[in-house]
Amino acid sequence: MNELPAAPAPKLGDANATAVVSFLVFVGITLVITYWASRRTRTSAQFFAAGGNISAVQNGFALAGDYMSAASFLGIAGMVSMSGFDGLIYSVGWLVGWPVITFLIAEPLRNLGKYTFADVVAYRLRQRPVRIAAAISTLTVVSFYLIAQMVGAGELIQLMFGLPYRVAIMIVGGVMLLYVLFGGMIATTWVQIIKAGLLLLGATLLAILVLARFNFNPLELFAAARDKYGPEVMAPGKEVANPLDTISLGIALMFGTAGLPHILMRFYTVRDDRTARRSVAYATSLIGFFYLVTFILGFGASVLVGRDAIGAIGKKGNMAAPMLANYLGGTPFLGFISAVAFATILAVVAGLTLSGAAAIAHDLWGHVVRKGKVDEREQLRVARYATVALALLAIGLGIVFENQNVAFMVGLAFAIAASANFPALLMSMTWSRFTTRGAVASMITGTTSTLVLILLSPTVWKDLLGHPEAVMPLKNPGVITVPLAFLVGIVVSLSSREPESEAGFVEARHRMHFGPTHEPDKP
Amino acid sequence: MDQATEDRLRAVVARRWRVGTALTALMMAIYFGFILLVAFDKADAGTLLLGARVSVGMVLGAVVIVLAVILTAVYVRWANVHYDAAIHALREHRGGDAP
Repeated sequence: MNELPAAPAPKLGDANATAVVSFLVFVGITLVITYWASRRTRTSAQFFAAGGNISAVQNGFALAGDYMSAASFLGIAGMVSMSGFDGLIYSVGWLVGWPVITFLIAEPLRNLGKYTFADVVAYRLRQRPVRIAAAISTLTVVSFYLIAQMVGAGELIQLMFGLPYRVAIMIVGGVMLLYVLFGGMIATTWVQIIKAGLLLLGATLLAILVLARFNFNPLELFAAARDKYGPEVMAPGKEVANPLDTISLGIALMFGTAGLPHILMRFYTVRDDRTARRSVAYATSLIGFFYLVTFILGFGASVLVGRDAIGAIGKKGNMAAPMLANYLGGTPFLGFISAVAFATILAVVAGLTLSGAAAIAHDLWGHVVRKGKVDEREQLRVARYATVALALLAIGLGIVFENQNVAFMVGLAFAIAASANFPALLMSMTWSRFTTRGAVASMITGTTSTLVLILLSPTVWKDLLGHPEAVMPLKNPGVITVPLAFLVGIVVSLSSREPESEAGFVEARHRMHFGPTHEPDKP
Repeated sequence: MDQATEDRLRAVVARRWRVGTALTALMMAIYFGFILLVAFDKADAGTLLLGARVSVGMVLGAVVIVLAVILTAVYVRWANVHYDAAIHALREHRGGDAP
């Protein structure tokens, strides 16, 4: 396959007509949907949980949409194109958290909670301390995730559409604000569904065009990459230089997915536990398929476009997929893929903002300030104020962190979700002796230990702060912080009894398996 | 809800958690097995197959992705058939004394 022509230099950075038109069509359609949704968003249950009216297939797509960020589409395709096999290690890690959600979390979560995962942890415990601890970890996860998304968005859009960084950040923040503020969960869900559909369509089309050059045989594609870059392209490389680090990241990914607030929140948008269970199965299949496709795209880009051309535009190879689209389908296809990447960022940011708003309005305002006796309209109003505040925060953080290396922040968000949220969630569902103190101690330990260890890690302490040697050898602390959060939760719970929690466990078990007797207010 | 029904619920619940944790453990074994292989045995993971057109690691990576989907399907099927039926039967017994 050495006789393949050299890739034409793609004109990235000039906003091409297809990109602008595709993007405007996407924004136009989603804003019409937002208008339609806004007339159906009158109660908190509609704002936070789409009134529980989302079907299993719809939620499967929405979950996949929330998860397949531009980082996983462009980032993994880029990593595969630049280093071959190593990219696959990441794809696999991003996927294996999903079965864990199905096996352990989805159904009891749906039955026990209303809008946030804190509903479940606090169900039979003292509301205020648990809600505060859960809101802290939720907002920490959401903030770091938002920073990574916003900075990525600014850089990408700058590169793809030629828009100045700050303008790009403000467009993302502004459009996302319209979705969430007016359309709540109904609009956010439909944005995710459309985006997931477009992303899967675009990626699949691209993969088919790649494989068409290799007689529809992936093996011929891999062989071409081997001819061009040597057999190392198929073998583990420098990404697994430190095995313990790879395992630690693996733990964070595997259990962090089951602790991401914006993912967990989606299970309240379906009518019952049965639908929740089916929806994760759809999501897992879609995401698994997507990562297999991304692997083909990465190899396709490295063979057809070439590493030199990809590396010339972005060191990490983030532009591999768009450049491949340009090579195979010309400017129109490049425009379409660019618009899909933009839409992807918008949708993910909207989902994150909504889950942050739920933590503020439902957990903090509703249960901490108003002690659970909150007026419906007031809670909705607070949620909207919180949405505006979070959108401004997202824009602000995006601007503050311009030109910073924020790639590690997604891993950090997963590590906090895995350490602060997942252990408390699992123990609250399964262990009658779990106490308020145990839950709060576990969540606070999970959040703070992760933050401290990341601060001391090579990524921050050495690379970012310029110290000669990192205090902590691991880049991701999951292997320490997840067991630590479980241990603290167990030891603190055993150190004192909480009769109310133990007594409430029987009722909680009924509700976890039979479902709530009364559905939250339906429209 | 009488004591006998309560005990039966307890058994159904225990079985669900057993199935869930067993599948989680299996998923962990598959995934960390893959990670340990590529981390500690790079030579084997890089062994080429099928006319040097694919490596052991690549095949296994794809297999892990496919197995994640299959295990999920296995759980959903089990729950749809066995768990739902058991809960449905208990719900009939439960009658009007809902909490």
